[in-house]
Amino acid sequence: MILDSKIPEGALAEKWDKHKFNVKLVNPANKRKYDIIVVGTGLAGASAAATLGELGYNVKAFCFQDSPRRAHSIAAQGGINAAKNYQNDGDSIFRLFYDTIKGGDYRAREANVYRLAQVSVDIIDQCVAQGVPFAREYGGLLANRSFGGAQVSRTFYARGQTGQQLLLGAYSALNRQIAYGKVKMFPRTEMLDLVMVDGKARGIVVRNLITGKVESHSAHAVVLATGGYGNVFFLSTNAMGSNATAAWRAHKKGALFANPCFTQIHPTCIPVSGEYQSKLTLMSESLRNDGRVWVPKTVEIAQRLRKGEISVNDIKEEDRDYYLERKYPAFGNLVPRDVASRNAKLMCDEGRGVGASGLAVYLDFADAIKREGQPAIAAKYGNLFEMYAKITDENPYEKPMRIYPAVHYTMGGLWVDYNLMTNIPGLYATGECNFSDHGANRLGASALMQGLADGYFVIPYTIGDYLAQTPYDKVSTDHPAFKEAEQNVKATTDRLLSIKGNRTVDDFHKALGLLMWDYCGMARNAEGLQFAKQEIRKLRDEFWQDVKVTGVNEELNQTLEKAHRVADFLELGELMVDDALHRNESCGGHFREEYQTPENEALRDDENFAYVAAWEYAGTSGNPILHKEELKFENVKLTQRSYK
Amino acid sequence: MDLTLKIWRQKDKNSAGQLVTYPLNGISPDMSFLEMLDVLNEELLVKGEEPVAFDHDCREGICGMCSLFINGRAHGPERGTTTCQLHMRHFNHGDTITIEPWRAAAFPVYKDLVVDRSAFDRIQQAGGYVSVNTGGVPDANEIAIPKTIADKAFDAATCIGCGACVAACKNASAMLFVSAKVSQLAMLPQGKVERKTRVENMVAQMDIEGFGACSNTGACAAECPVGISLDNIAMMNREYLGAKASSENVA
Repeated sequence: MILDSKIPEGALAEKWDKHKFNVKLVNPANKRKYDIIVVGTGLAGASAAATLGELGYNVKAFCFQDSPRRAHSIAAQGGINAAKNYQNDGDSIFRLFYDTIKGGDYRAREANVYRLAQVSVDIIDQCVAQGVPFAREYGGLLANRSFGGAQVSRTFYARGQTGQQLLLGAYSALNRQIAYGKVKMFPRTEMLDLVMVDGKARGIVVRNLITGKVESHSAHAVVLATGGYGNVFFLSTNAMGSNATAAWRAHKKGALFANPCFTQIHPTCIPVSGEYQSKLTLMSESLRNDGRVWVPKTVEIAQRLRKGEISVNDIKEEDRDYYLERKYPAFGNLVPRDVASRNAKLMCDEGRGVGASGLAVYLDFADAIKREGQPAIAAKYGNLFEMYAKITDENPYEKPMRIYPAVHYTMGGLWVDYNLMTNIPGLYATGECNFSDHGANRLGASALMQGLADGYFVIPYTIGDYLAQTPYDKVSTDHPAFKEAEQNVKATTDRLLSIKGNRTVDDFHKALGLLMWDYCGMARNAEGLQFAKQEIRKLRDEFWQDVKVTGVNEELNQTLEKAHRVADFLELGELMVDDALHRNESCGGHFREEYQTPENEALRDDENFAYVAAWEYAGTSGNPILHKEELKFENVKLTQRSYK
Repeated sequence: MDLTLKIWRQKDKNSAGQLVTYPLNGISPDMSFLEMLDVLNEELLVKGEEPVAFDHDCREGICGMCSLFINGRAHGPERGTTTCQLHMRHFNHGDTITIEPWRAAAFPVYKDLVVDRSAFDRIQQAGGYVSVNTGGVPDANEIAIPKTIADKAFDAATCIGCGACVAACKNASAMLFVSAKVSQLAMLPQGKVERKTRVENMVAQMDIEGFGACSNTGACAAECPVGISLDNIAMMNREYLGAKASSENVA
């Protein structure tokens, strides 16, 4: 298989404009002859469904939540980047492009990232026009703040709830199209298979989560906007329902899965408190604008602290190690996420971690409160401080926050070309679901940007190009391909229900999560990965022999829903391990202990690994087949990332 | 801590439900309320019994998916808190905790503690938007908005659509929910063009869905987990009267 990224010819800055002119158009009156399925209603899905509806296509949108407004984009806190240069501090489209490519440790496509930076400015205009209440200055114009990995202030925000406000904007646009009848919405409906006819994506099979009914939907194209797969780790900042099932089942039908081992471990999350823990809560990266990260200077002080012999506020200034400021004077506390996470782990590995478990570092606001006063800090981060206090029962205005890295985002995903189409004709992947823009590490405030860029401004053009070359003919859901997919879904469900074993789904999920965290988490090595692969296979075999799923299919059955998702995580986990094992270099969030600089930074191997690893499914017992897409860098020079 | 739980169990929309008692021991005060229910469900599963169905997703207080009427209070005893952010340290060893679904004619029970809140979506579809298509909009900084107004609009826009206001209201009124969107968009210049038709259409849909009337007791705002203010209801009433006095709904 030859992977054609379909990157347009020409100079970087002209590619997208030229491409938009060259793509084929569908006449307005003919758009209503095409049906499009959009799965997922987060930023990428809701924006795509709304915009495609506005253009005149017939859209069917699906989400597993009870309303499209609940998609997990809603939980994004800090902000959205855009190269507006409203602050007059030297920002530009090229700088946003450059920061993103460098932040991703040179493992993303130049053309995609440049386009992302270009349309970023349109996103802000669009959201403001919808009535999204971004933060403003007293003069009435928009405010900005800084985020990690950038030296300009280009992040637009709505207090600590930017994702909520952007999603509600996209949701409102979606609602408008639902009211017009251009989008038909299917909440509480989960995609369980992709249907292909003559090698093209022509529909999906879903399960109605209230009645259990398995149904088919036919269309001319299918867009997957189903988010990331961070929940493979069980504990993550993802929502409980976030899952990989739609993407994974498309993968099993032939869609390549790219760079699955590129996962982002976010440095500032509330540490784990006990075995019952169901999820981890993020504290926005924006807090690193004012919070200073530190640990005690010596192991001995840290030990006394952990035993409760001294309290954090007893530790003298000279006994504190502000290690990010010390090691990276240029970026200080605002180094990119992978660097901040790895350093927190290093400190804890040295025995200087804090909190009862020793798996935490401090994020301290004392200086900022002294400098600006408590009301000013509360105005910026009030809701985050409240959330922290509710969860930990500690007051972050008086005591520094305890934080530790946690799984947050997955840069890997379905392989797509420049048009966001997977290798299956007619199947698109947008937002976190695809792999395309963030390389090996995503910068803060770039996920919202990518989700909305894909949905509002990219796919509306590129899908038209495909449809213009597709006949109007519809495929009936009575077609054998639909019937076969329905049978497969029913058979998997029956199998899950009939095992009647002894271990619960959550029990398997937690066991998988621990394996992934220990061996395929913040630091990986060949030996550990080989061990994890064997263990995951064993766990998967055990799952299919001993899982306990109660109830029946024909009802609201949350255990059955979870079982389908965990079955897929058990396969995806192994692919992540395979990918991590094959990539004999460190880059961004993928840190192989064997490959590091003397200063413990990620050591890339550009000669051998400057490519996208796109994996082809080869059955549960076979080994996946690797396809490589070489990455060409014509506009940036590959260097060792330095934030010193 | 050891607890006694009384939980509403109901097979489906058409079946009658009842409270069922479950003892639950060894709960940590650091658990969230939903993690406590996870522990119960794991115990039930191991025993081969059907776990309790409840809605939840983000578990960080923002998606609005979790609900639960706990000891007669929407989202439980802590003010300004969703159920997922409620921690067991607010309960005591030996407590009996009654857990019910939202109770409202417009929110029928699907199963156990899961209700159908699609009425909320239909109200938003009736007008909770600014009619702009993607593209062709002015530069974001061409629309200057006084910071005080932007902040007030933001406060209204933080509604998470959980339905606690309806559950807390003796009339099961949705006024707080509807008014949050109406006043957000009425305050902002972008929303002013359609302000009259918006409020008329959203209120009409609210009535169709079977939500009750507002009698200004303020229970909704008192129980709102994100602090949506009663001022929004006052503003919506004003908007509604103004719209009815000079309706632009001429189509």
